[in-house]
Amino acid sequence: MEILVCVKRVPDAAENEIVVGAGGADIKREDLVYSVNEWDNYAVEEAVQIVEREGGNVTIVSMGDSEAEEVVRREMAMGAAQGLLLTDAAFDGSDGLGIATILAAAARKGEYDLILTGALADDGAGQVGGMLAALLDWPYASVVNKIETKDGKSLRIGREIEGGTQEISDIETPCVLSIQTGINEPRYVGIRGIRKVASIEIPILDAGALGLDAAAVGAAGANVRRIDYFVPQLGASAEMLEGSIEELAGKLVDLLKAKGGIR
Amino acid sequence: MDAKVFVYVAHKDGKADDSALELVTAAQSMFPGSNPVALVAGSGIDAVCQETAATYGEVWKFDQAALAYPNAELLRPLLVKVLPAGAMLLLPHNTFGLDLGPGLSVQRGVTYVPDVVGIDGLEGTTLKVVRQEFAGQVSAHVHCAVAKGAVITVRSGAFRPAPAGAVAGQVLDRSADTAGLSARRKFVELIQAEAGDIDITREDVLVSVGRGIGEKENIALVEDLAEAMGAAVSCSRPIVDAKWLDRPRQVGTSGKTVKPKVYLALGISGSFQHLGGIKGNPFLLAINKNPKAPIFQAATVGVVADLMELLPVLTEKIKKSR
Ligand SMILES: Cc1cc2nc3c(=O)[nH]c(=O)nc-3n(C[C@H](O)[C@H](O)[C@H](O)COP(=O)(O)OP(=O)(O)OC[C@H]3O[C@@H](n4cnc5c(N)ncnc54)[C@H](O)[C@@H]3O)c2cc1C
Ligand SMILES: Cc1cc2nc3c(=O)[nH]c(=O)nc-3n(C[C@H](O)[C@H](O)[C@H](O)COP(=O)(O)OP(=O)(O)OC[C@H]3O[C@@H](n4cnc5c(N)ncnc54)[C@H](O)[C@@H]3O)c2cc1C
Repeated sequence: MEILVCVKRVPDAAENEIVVGAGGADIKREDLVYSVNEWDNYAVEEAVQIVEREGGNVTIVSMGDSEAEEVVRREMAMGAAQGLLLTDAAFDGSDGLGIATILAAAARKGEYDLILTGALADDGAGQVGGMLAALLDWPYASVVNKIETKDGKSLRIGREIEGGTQEISDIETPCVLSIQTGINEPRYVGIRGIRKVASIEIPILDAGALGLDAAAVGAAGANVRRIDYFVPQLGASAEMLEGSIEELAGKLVDLLKAKGGIR
Repeated sequence: MDAKVFVYVAHKDGKADDSALELVTAAQSMFPGSNPVALVAGSGIDAVCQETAATYGEVWKFDQAALAYPNAELLRPLLVKVLPAGAMLLLPHNTFGLDLGPGLSVQRGVTYVPDVVGIDGLEGTTLKVVRQEFAGQVSAHVHCAVAKGAVITVRSGAFRPAPAGAVAGQVLDRSADTAGLSARRKFVELIQAEAGDIDITREDVLVSVGRGIGEKENIALVEDLAEAMGAAVSCSRPIVDAKWLDRPRQVGTSGKTVKPKVYLALGISGSFQHLGGIKGNPFLLAINKNPKAPIFQAATVGVVADLMELLPVLTEKIKKSR
């Protein structure tokens, strides 16, 4: 199977305190640790496992600036033979549809049987996979936590829905699936793995190479515009305890006893 | 603008989803003065339609055996067909909305507005909404051009439910529109989540651990604390994904819904998917090293501290206090 996996470079929300910059125009990005979107790691691992089982190739694609190349290479080191970087100043300010449009153009340049995305990324929209499928007129499934290859024409998949129930379906290929965390255990990539793919050239495609009209993507084509960031001032937030570790522990014991937390 | 507003009513076992009531409020705050039309699709859905007509002035019924299970791939072409030009469609932001919404917006050629948590108003054809990014650490004002219509998903709990029974609506049978639907994804079956060695939904005191615990070995610190308290251990999703604890211990929308009296959130950031599994307004104590973690907006009492330092001391103190 020929599989394309879409990956996004994001600030690692677990590692960083996200702080809104002056005027709210952006978050403060200088000191942020970036990595690949958590969900995308699972998508790449799943693609690599399918190809290890059935043969074929995995291609990693990311839309972003030159710094996204590092993320593409890291993901390639998991077992993908090819990478693509989609970069153009005209892509700046793309909304979800803009990004899906750019990715769809890249997908049309190959002959893929399957495209995987993450179920969600840092903007929390969960939109790119579904839009990409619609643009390509391929069937789609979201929050996928199982993929079994069947007869070459379809896949048996599981979607993880509310309460952890698994919804089993058969889906025709080619299709787009967005992957939920926990579907597999992404392999560890060491320095040696990255070295192995260090010499592979990652082609950089711009709007022209993708045959895209610059007005249809980027800020010019966006129907959704972020005006600013802010930190909501909520009325009822937590009463914060202060003190040394000793003092805090003491206060917590008293509180837990009072609230019936120690039995 | 004089918007035509529709709400997709999800339902299960003959009952409308809680989102049906919240989405009326959301629709009317986004498009003041609108009378949202409810869309109910499924098989044998008269009871759901009647229930829905107590909140919505107009209900469109799509009754068809093939729609017995809500397969988004089957519903999408139906909605493309029946929604008028310019229509605004509201959906719940859950695994169904994620499945249906993005592709529907593309096929209708309208704007997609995902995971709305608040409204700043409608100005001309610009819908101003509030969203959250970076797992809820910051919010954003977002302006959406909706002149051609929109598909909007709304976060559960963001809008208060409208009163049920306030309306005597009419049900329009639009089932004829469902003729000839087909999809390239076919529903096979549902597999219920496995039961575990412990049922966290019955526990009064839960010590819940998140990714902030850092490493598998450190889970023991949490188990020690829970044992000292006489409480059960639960967790957030990344702990289950990493296989540090079993799936039946996961709290949240894709895990268990718990109703404890006391809930300790240790190294849990407070995503809405996690908080969505905590009901009954417990005494919620959060310990997190990041003072800006969203969990502190939901907690009763908060402590900014490193778990690795605080947990051993706390466990000792509890043991001694007995
Ligand atoms: C005013 C404004 C300006 C913006 N400018 C930019 C910008 O210049 N560059 C930018 O990248 N984003 C930009 N964004 C953010 C962009 O709109 C979102 O990244 C996009 O909507 C995806 O949303 P999400 O993070 O919720 O992704 P989701 O839809 O939740 O992501 C799901 C999956 O889609 C795939 N995916 C998402 N983004 C990419 C990508 N870039 N490359 C490959 N795969 C991807 C991944 O597989 C990911 O797991 C901007 C947003 C606004 C509002
Ligand atoms: C469809 C869908 C369904 C989902 N369902 C669920 C669900 O049911 N349940 C669920 O939990 N999630 C669910 N999620 C995932 C959810 O979006 C979040 O990714 C997840 O809840 C984050 O878990 P966390 O808070 O443990 O980790 P993180 O968000 O990574 O937070 C870790 C926290 O630990 C803190 N920390 C780090 N080190 C320390 C330390 N030494 N001491 C103290 N604090 C520390 C950090 O400041 C941070 O706040 C779902 C996602 C999707 C897309």
